[in-house]
Amino acid sequence: MKVRTRSDLAKLRSDGLSTLYPPGLRISVGMATCGLAAGAAEVYDALHDEADRLGLYLMLIPTGCIGYCQQEPLVDVRVSGRGRLLYARVTPDRARNMIASLAAGDLPAEGALAYIPEENSELSKPSEALAGVPLLNELPFYSQQRKIVLRNSGLIDPVSLEEYIAREGYQSLALALLDDTPQGVIDHVLDSGLRGRGGAGFPTGRKWQTCHGIQAQSKYIICNGDEGDPGAYVDRTVLEGDPYSVIEGMTIGGYAIGAREGFIYVRDEYPLAIERITQALAQAEKLGLLGENIFSSGFDFNASIVRGAGAFVCGEETALISSIEGGLGEPRPRPPFPATSGLWGKPTIINNVKTLATIPAIIRHGADWYASIGTEGNTGTVVFSLVGKVANTGLVEVPLGLTLYDMIESIGGGGLNGKQVKAIQTGGPSGGCLPTALYNLPITYENMTQAGSIMGSGGMVVMDEDTCMVDVARYFLGFTMAESCGKCTPCREGTRYMYDILTRITSGEGTLKDLELLEEVAEWVKTASLCGLGQTAPNPVLSTLRYFRDEYEAHVKDKRCPAGFCRALIRLTILPDLCTGCGLCQRECPVGAISGEKKKLHVIDQELCTHCRLCYNICPEGAVEIVR
Amino acid sequence: MVNLTVNGQPVSVPEGTILLEAVRSMGVDLPTLCYHEGLSPYGACRLCMVTITAPRHALVASCTIPVEEGMVVETDAPDAVAARRMGLEFLLSRYPRSGVIREIAEREGVTSSRFGEPPPDQADELCMLCGLCVRVCRELIGAAAISFIGRGTERRVGTPFDMHSDACIGCGACAEICPTKAIRIEDRGSKRILHTWNTTVKLHACPECGRFFVPEPAAFLKEMLPEIKDLWALCPACRQKRTTSQWLNTGSTPTS
Repeated sequence: MKVRTRSDLAKLRSDGLSTLYPPGLRISVGMATCGLAAGAAEVYDALHDEADRLGLYLMLIPTGCIGYCQQEPLVDVRVSGRGRLLYARVTPDRARNMIASLAAGDLPAEGALAYIPEENSELSKPSEALAGVPLLNELPFYSQQRKIVLRNSGLIDPVSLEEYIAREGYQSLALALLDDTPQGVIDHVLDSGLRGRGGAGFPTGRKWQTCHGIQAQSKYIICNGDEGDPGAYVDRTVLEGDPYSVIEGMTIGGYAIGAREGFIYVRDEYPLAIERITQALAQAEKLGLLGENIFSSGFDFNASIVRGAGAFVCGEETALISSIEGGLGEPRPRPPFPATSGLWGKPTIINNVKTLATIPAIIRHGADWYASIGTEGNTGTVVFSLVGKVANTGLVEVPLGLTLYDMIESIGGGGLNGKQVKAIQTGGPSGGCLPTALYNLPITYENMTQAGSIMGSGGMVVMDEDTCMVDVARYFLGFTMAESCGKCTPCREGTRYMYDILTRITSGEGTLKDLELLEEVAEWVKTASLCGLGQTAPNPVLSTLRYFRDEYEAHVKDKRCPAGFCRALIRLTILPDLCTGCGLCQRECPVGAISGEKKKLHVIDQELCTHCRLCYNICPEGAVEIVR
Repeated sequence: MVNLTVNGQPVSVPEGTILLEAVRSMGVDLPTLCYHEGLSPYGACRLCMVTITAPRHALVASCTIPVEEGMVVETDAPDAVAARRMGLEFLLSRYPRSGVIREIAEREGVTSSRFGEPPPDQADELCMLCGLCVRVCRELIGAAAISFIGRGTERRVGTPFDMHSDACIGCGACAEICPTKAIRIEDRGSKRILHTWNTTVKLHACPECGRFFVPEPAAFLKEMLPEIKDLWALCPACRQKRTTSQWLNTGSTPTS
C-alpha cells in the first residue's frame, strides 16, 4: 500500500493506535544504546522468555531512550484499564517476577519509579491501588521538562511507522505538501524563531530562505548526525528512538528549499542509529512517504544514509560536505556558504538532527505555539545530555531560558553523592566551563557565548570539587589536538602548543610565563583559525582561565592541585587512626608500594607510589588521604 | 568594478577579485605560503591576515574572501599584525631550516620564536603543509597522485600507502610550486626519481640528440597541445632547431 491521501494516513493511524494503546498488556523496554549498556537486552529477554513460559500474552516493544538514563534499565508497563507504571533499574530476576505478578493479574506498585499519566485516556490518573506512586511529571527530573524533540522517544516502537503516525506523524508533511507553499513553510519556520540546534544557533528559517531564493537544477538537504562532543548523545538518541521525525522534518525541508534529495550523515560509531534509520528509510519508501509524487502532490523526495568514518571535524558543515563527496574530511573557507554552493557545488542546507526533528512539530502546531515556548529570541526547547558528577543523569529537554540552577540543582538533583558542584561544561571541546557563580544565568545562545562557553549540540557535563579545572582544559585540548584536521597553522600548531603547556602545568612544571603564553596563543587560535573547530578550540582554556585562574596559579606558584587530582602534585598517606590493617590496599596496589602486617597500620612507600589512587578509591575505612 | 579602501586609499577592482590580490595591486605586501593565483583559495597558512572594519568588523585571511563594495581594509591593524607574526613565530619554531620562512618572518619583523624547537626526529622537516603540491597535482595537472594523509599534527603529504604512484606523471609541478623546497626530485640517466613520493618514472630520450628530457607518462599531454603534436618527441633544443630550419626552408612554422 502507498499513502496517497489523508485518509490513507488515518488508516495507518488507527493501526498505530491499536498497538500503542492495546486492549491488553504492553511492555516497553528502553533499548537505545544507553539502555543496552545498562543491560536492557537481558531484561528484554527475561521478560520475553518468562511471558512465553507462563503463556502470558503481551506486546513487548524495544523502545528508544526514556530519558532517565541513570535509572536504566527502564521498563514501561501498561495494562489497559489498570494503569501505566515505569520501573527503574530492572534486573532480569525482577523482570521475571514482574511477569509472574502480571500473569497473576497484579500490577505491582512496588519498585515502580512513577506512574505515567496518559492524556485523554482512562489512564490519565492513577487508580486508588496505585495512589502512592508519584506521577512521572511530578518527579524533579521530569517536572520542568517539555518534550518536543523527544516527543516519541521511549514511547513508540522506533521502527513502526504506524505508531509514529499515531503520534501525529506525517500530518505535518501532508499539511505542507497539500495545503501550503514552500514559502509558506519557510514563513512558519521563520516565525517560530527556531535556531539551529547544532550549536551555533543560526535561524533555520533564514538559512532555508537563502537556499529557497537560489535558482538551481539540483539542491540538497543534509541531516548532520555526526555528533562527536564528549558527553553528548542527544542526536544518537533521537535517531535511535524516533527516526521518522528526522526523515519527515527533512522531507518538509526539502520541499521548502526545493531539494529532491537528502542525505543523513551519521557517524559509524552509532550502529544502532544507522540500523534504525536504514529501516525507517526503507519503510517510508515502501509506503510512498519517500520517493515520487508524495501525497500525490507532484513533489519527489529521496533520502539516503551516509556513514561518517569517525572524524570529529566532519561535524563542521564544509568538511561534512567534502566527506560526502568522497574527499578529505577537512573544512574549506566560507564564503561561499553551503546554502549557495555546497554539495557538488549545488545549494545545500545542513541541519542538525534535533532541528529537523522539531520541524514537524512546528508545522503541525504552528509557529505561534512554538514561539510561545522559551524566551524572546530563544524560542522552543533545547535538549541536553546531563552527565558527569550530578545526582540525576539522562536526557533533559527544557524550554530555553531555564537557569543553570534549574538544570543542575532542580532537575539534576545537585552534585553526585552530595558533593559540591564546581563547574558546568557545555558545548564539548568547543565550549567552556562555567562556575556555579553563574547559576542564575538563563540558558540562551547569547548568554552562553557571553559567559565564554557555547550552547553546543547538547552535552552538559557537571564537575565537582574533585575535578581539576586545569586537567579538564588539558583533556579537551588533547581532544581537539587529536581531532584537528591539521589544515590551518593556528589550529594544528596552536592546539599542540597549548596542550604541551597544560601538560607542563599539571605536571607541576609550569611557570607564570607559560600562563601568559597560553593566553596569547589561545587568542590567536581563536581569531586566526580557518573553521569553527579551531576558532572555538581555545574556549576550554579561556573559560577556565577566566573563572578558575586561582587553580592555574596554585599549580604554577605553589605546585599544588587544589582538587587533589593531578598525579604529580599529590601524595597519598594512610591515616593511622582509621587504618584497620585489613590488607586490601596492600593486595591491590599495582606497584606493590604498600606494606604492613595484618591488623596493623599499613604504610605507602613514597618512592614506589605512582599516585594512581587505587588505594584511596577502595579503602573501606576511608583511611587513605590525598595530601595536596 | 568594486570599490574598496585599503589603508585609507581608495581602489577599484573587478568583481570577484580576491581581497589579497586587491591589496597587492596597491603595492602592499602581505606574506603568503599557501596562496597561488592559479589555484583555488585554500586559507591554510593564515599569514595574509588583515582586519576589515566595514561592512563588518573581522580579522580575515585575505586570500579566501572576495572583495565587497565598500569594504574597508587595514593591513597594519594591531590584531592583524599580531596574528601574522604569531603564525610566523610558530612556523619559525617548527621549520627552523627553511630559508623562505626565515626570510618572510624577517620581513614581518619576526627574527626569533618563543615556541621552542621541533622534536628531534622532525628537525629537518621542510613541508609546512601549505597544500600547493596537492592542489597543483589535482587542479592543474589532473593527476591527483598525492594527497594529505593523517590529521592534526600527524598530517603529511604522500602517495596512497606511500607506495609507487601509477597516477604520477613525473611532471615535477609539485616540486616547482613548493615554496619551501621540501620535495626532492632527481633526474638520473633514463629515470626521474621523485624521492619524496617513492616514485620513479621513465624519461623519454630525444631521437635527435639522445638527451632524456620528458617523463614518458606525460606523453598524453601532446593530445592537448596540437601545435607541437608532431614535434613532441624532440627535446626543446632540437625542436627549435627543426622549426627554425623549417622556417628557413618554407617560410612557415608549425605554429604560425
